[in-house]
Amino acid sequence: MSDLLLTPEVRFQKEIENRRKKDGVELSVLNLGPTHPATHGIFQNILLMDGEKVIDGEGTVGYIHRAFEKIAENRPFYQINVLTDRLNYCSSPINNTGWWMTVEKALGIEIPKRVQYLRVIIMELARIADHIICSSVMGVDTGALTGFLYVMQYREKIYEIYEEICGARLTTNMGRIGGFEREWSETAWKKIHEFLDEFPAVWKEFEDMLTRNRIFMDRTIGAGAIDAEKAMGYGFTGPNLRAAGVDYDVRVAIPYCSYEDFEFDIPVGQNGDCYDRFCVRNAEVWESMKIIRQAIDKMPDGPYHADVPEYYLPPKEEVYNNMEALIYHFKIVMGEIPVPNTEVYHAVEGGNGELGFYLITNGSRVPYRLHFRRPCFIYYQAFTDIIKGRSLSDAIITMSSMNVIAGELDC
Amino acid sequence: MSNSKSVKTVNPPEGYAGEGFFATKLSDVVGLARANSLWPLPFATSCCGIEYMATMAATYDIGRFGSERMSFSPRQADMLLVMGTISKKMAPILRQVYEQMAEPRWVIAVGACACTGGVFDTYSVLQGIDKVIPVDVYVPGCPPRPEQILDGILELQEIVKNESVRRRSSKEYQDLLNSYNIK
Amino acid sequence: MSLTNEIIQNTLSQVFTPKVENFHLLHDILTFEVKPDALYEVIQFLKTDASMNFNFLTDVCGVHYPDYEEERQFCVVYHLHNWIDNIRIRIKSYLPASDPSIDSIVSLYPGANWQERETYDFFGIIFKNHPQLKRILNMDEMESFPLRKEYPLEDQGRTDKDDRFFGRTGPNC
Repeated sequence: MSDLLLTPEVRFQKEIENRRKKDGVELSVLNLGPTHPATHGIFQNILLMDGEKVIDGEGTVGYIHRAFEKIAENRPFYQINVLTDRLNYCSSPINNTGWWMTVEKALGIEIPKRVQYLRVIIMELARIADHIICSSVMGVDTGALTGFLYVMQYREKIYEIYEEICGARLTTNMGRIGGFEREWSETAWKKIHEFLDEFPAVWKEFEDMLTRNRIFMDRTIGAGAIDAEKAMGYGFTGPNLRAAGVDYDVRVAIPYCSYEDFEFDIPVGQNGDCYDRFCVRNAEVWESMKIIRQAIDKMPDGPYHADVPEYYLPPKEEVYNNMEALIYHFKIVMGEIPVPNTEVYHAVEGGNGELGFYLITNGSRVPYRLHFRRPCFIYYQAFTDIIKGRSLSDAIITMSSMNVIAGELDC
Repeated sequence: MSNSKSVKTVNPPEGYAGEGFFATKLSDVVGLARANSLWPLPFATSCCGIEYMATMAATYDIGRFGSERMSFSPRQADMLLVMGTISKKMAPILRQVYEQMAEPRWVIAVGACACTGGVFDTYSVLQGIDKVIPVDVYVPGCPPRPEQILDGILELQEIVKNESVRRRSSKEYQDLLNSYNIK
Repeated sequence: MSLTNEIIQNTLSQVFTPKVENFHLLHDILTFEVKPDALYEVIQFLKTDASMNFNFLTDVCGVHYPDYEEERQFCVVYHLHNWIDNIRIRIKSYLPASDPSIDSIVSLYPGANWQERETYDFFGIIFKNHPQLKRILNMDEMESFPLRKEYPLEDQGRTDKDDRFFGRTGPNC
């Protein structure tokens, strides 16, 4: 067992020696290193190859370890939102809202219905943005650059919607404790409606290009297959697990933020291979658009934030004119907010699976301990297991179909 | 094809033109050629990498400035675009990639993390890539908008256009590399 | 009869007392403590028993409590999830500072592999019988366990940032 504690190069050298002595076959070590065009993010895999076939492998992660959990022990709650953006940075609003929901659960804050519906809209837009990147990059890895360039324009449209709501394109830092920082403008709604009108035709065109494409199917069917039992054992969640046939979705299992008010299906695959993951993600985009339409139709009126003056900054006009607002403003900025001693675990369905936040508070304005349950970190363990016995090109397409985002992998 | 009036081509350098010949300085021609065909090595580590993907895509299109072909092999790249946080574990690899690039080579540090470590003032993050490799242009932002990244590349084009052809063998450049222990 | 928190608490108390104790409900998740030497049996029971069915390991993490007494300085927290009855459960196991070691549950849930490595990397908690207990996120040569409370966040050797300008003088934020 202590063999596994050696570095992979040393361990594989022994294997190579043994195999050479046994039947003269010359194995080789391939460093699918941290900088590689196909690894979308930096993580390394050292593979033991027999020609094109992968025999064994070991992954090294941590090349972008930024110590989020340690930083979080030194930052007040509203500053941690900035860190959560940078977990799965392709769909930052989901991380942001997940964090706010965790804090609101710990502080015991009730959120008005309108805020919840607005959060649902922005989370589903973020999910669409994440799946746009993952599916189009799967096309790029099999050689189809056109799909990527075509649908990236619609990711730009989603960025424009984010900009109208919170000001930033990618790392959105969206929302506050209790809701949003401002009401969504007319332009934001106009852009959302335009997006919902134009995007279905584009997405259909993208799907038509690849889903029944002979070359794409030959590359992806059977590659990187994992069965449901193994996937659950490894802790898979999200589209990777649903492609294996298990319909676990946190939005349905433990609904949060009014997801129980919406009707949507959970697309499920059969074999858990790259093709199923691709199809599940594409189908989820359709479901997300359905949810957004329902949320817009059923949108209730109301305030855009909860009435919690101890945690939500009052408007500046009131701070300058009203003594109470001034005191609340001072207390929130200086950190004298009432925080109970509690532990909370809250999970949301991120772009890649169950993104969980385990927060331990101890009365001060910074967490005592914050742990992110990152889906990428957990399911990436299975990668070297999945690619054993397959060829190198299958390993590449498996890596991109699993949608490993380095920020979430290393935190 | 586009209307030729709206396409802005690069101006020729100053020189003396005649029947069938054009006389100018060698460094101007070389600078012009290098500046308008910088092939990037996208060293994308985190969120800035996604903004780079947006820059590379159709809306902002880095290809119109000459960076049409992304080279992931250091041997064939001109400029190293370091986009994203570099941790201490990654620094030797960044160094190795830089050393493998052939002269002339330039480095752009894209994003606050590559410039100075950004938001992440922690034990595991390198506080700026200029601790391990020499940097030519710093593009701040977290992440910088695609327009900012393009601005950084245009700045680099100005530097490249005005660079002397003897710079890489000059003493100052050798001293710079020695200060980083790069052979 | 579907599973509820009371049934879980009663069954576990019946089978495992005095190794399990301190059952309480924190935001709808039943939380309890287990002695470190009984952890593997408790989790195996929760996974394989026909009435418990906790088929999914959600999360493994560690916490450092330097202010608690010596035998309870480190805590390993497991979150399990029963998908059939849709119940979450949190198991905490406190370890002494002199010997923070506990059994690994990789043989029950392969997904615990990297999570235990991460807990080892951050806190120095040894997981006995783990197939590959080495650092995962930090550099292999690192000697300290950075998420322990005694280690600072910032790299103390950095020259370009002056702590005084950030207001960082000692334990404040």
